[in-house]
Amino acid sequence: MITRHAVYLLAGLMFAAYAAFNLADRQGTGARGNALFWGLMGTSMLAGDRLGDLGNGVLLALLGLVAALRLTGPGSAPSAPAEVRLARAGQHGNRLFALAMVIPATALGGTLLFQFQPWLVEPKQGGIIALALAALLASLVALVALRAHPRVALAEGRRLIDSVGWAAVLPQALVALGAVFTLAGVGTAVGQLFALAIPAGSLAGAVLAYGLGMALFTCALGNAFAAFPVMFAGVGLPLLVRAHHGDPAVVAAIGMLAGFCGTLLTPMAANFNLVPAALLGLRDRNAVIRAQVGTALPLLAANILFIWLFAFRGQG
Amino acid sequence: MLVLLGLGVMLAGFALRWNPLLVIVLAALASGLAAGQGALATLAALGKAFNSARYVMIIWLLLPVIGLLEAHGLQEHARTLIGRLRGATVARLLTGYLLARQISAALGLDAAAGQAQTVRPLLAPMVEAAAERQAPGLDEATREEIKAMAAATDNVGRFFGEDIFLAVGSILLMKGVLDRAGIVLEPWQYSLWAIPTAMVAFGIHAWRLRRIDRALARRAAPAGGAEA
Repeated sequence: MITRHAVYLLAGLMFAAYAAFNLADRQGTGARGNALFWGLMGTSMLAGDRLGDLGNGVLLALLGLVAALRLTGPGSAPSAPAEVRLARAGQHGNRLFALAMVIPATALGGTLLFQFQPWLVEPKQGGIIALALAALLASLVALVALRAHPRVALAEGRRLIDSVGWAAVLPQALVALGAVFTLAGVGTAVGQLFALAIPAGSLAGAVLAYGLGMALFTCALGNAFAAFPVMFAGVGLPLLVRAHHGDPAVVAAIGMLAGFCGTLLTPMAANFNLVPAALLGLRDRNAVIRAQVGTALPLLAANILFIWLFAFRGQG
Repeated sequence: MLVLLGLGVMLAGFALRWNPLLVIVLAALASGLAAGQGALATLAALGKAFNSARYVMIIWLLLPVIGLLEAHGLQEHARTLIGRLRGATVARLLTGYLLARQISAALGLDAAAGQAQTVRPLLAPMVEAAAERQAPGLDEATREEIKAMAAATDNVGRFFGEDIFLAVGSILLMKGVLDRAGIVLEPWQYSLWAIPTAMVAFGIHAWRLRRIDRALARRAAPAGGAEA
């Protein structure tokens, strides 16, 4: 049975390799800082379960310090100059697309396989194990097809991860922050605040507060999944469903989608908004959020209108 | 109410453009202290959650193979291909991708695409090449906007497609929360109500994409006139 620990081992070895590449680099800017940063990340992947809770907390604080002191940097220059890449593109042609397709094909195939043969993998970990297998298989196939040395793949991976930099760790750190917020009762406090803000007896006010609350609370936590239980228990259930007899399926489903509009608007949803900006090498960290505002705001208005129209249909 | 201090630290940190990783640690400490948990206990709680969230990092395992393919000209090939397709515009490419992403996510095929797998190596270079042909000599700011729009389109397509699929996490979460409140519904009753929003999301985003094509055409018009 493949467990998530095998995947963490693989990721740990990868980060350790990035640290080693950076340590050997005498020219790249911030190579020393990068080595420290990826070394810490590799330690987390390889030995996180043995560090203890406080140890892991200190590790995250160290990652934050290395990043805040600007010790990391973009590292090395592209390995192959543009002309070389263009020439190679002409040489390999559509084979490159076929090789890129190995990733989604294996990820999908693996996910399906683990659904029908669940004994192969640790329960509930099928998704990440399939993704790791996809990365591994696609690397092997590409190395053979392009007759490249594995070292080249790792060096390219290092170049990309250095260009993403500390933003690579943001999604994981934000999930951890969400857990601490939940422990401290941030959700309950926000729910109480919203319940206070709604004028008594007003259906439109309650619908508006629920929809906006889902979006705003998702912006604050970066995740509609964290916002939903709080807003539904605080506003959706007592006011929209119980007091105004709204259809619970509509209130829940479209409320969740109002939350998704919030996900498009917040740097807290780092994996969707900040990581792509880093991956694409955009100078403005918030460029993806800026591109999404024009879709998210009208869509949020539409969702609030839909709750009002569909949940209370036949009550007019 | 004091625990909201954590949110305040978060907002202030982002507003002051401090490093977000450090802000996260400080915000966690602030909310933990406000809840009376003590600094070390809060740091331990943060570390525990950080360690069990390592699964989020698995996406980075894709970078070596993406980098290898890019070093062998994947982005250049994507550009050349679009350069040859005369009908390909930014709006047509991204609208097609949006539709494909919404439909595949609605069928539960979330893993078929993503920011690291498809947007960076394929979609972004393709739309950049299309934009370059639509309005030659693009400035850097427009180029960045168009690349950001490619990433945004992947997010919009995924978010407003996946809730139509019955077995997705958010449907299961809703069912769990409502079941506990004594309201027992079937998954399809939730996913049904994701369809109107999915259609409106497609309409709004496709309309915005068409406006990009128009803006590129306006930009190209004076140059074309000078040539003629």
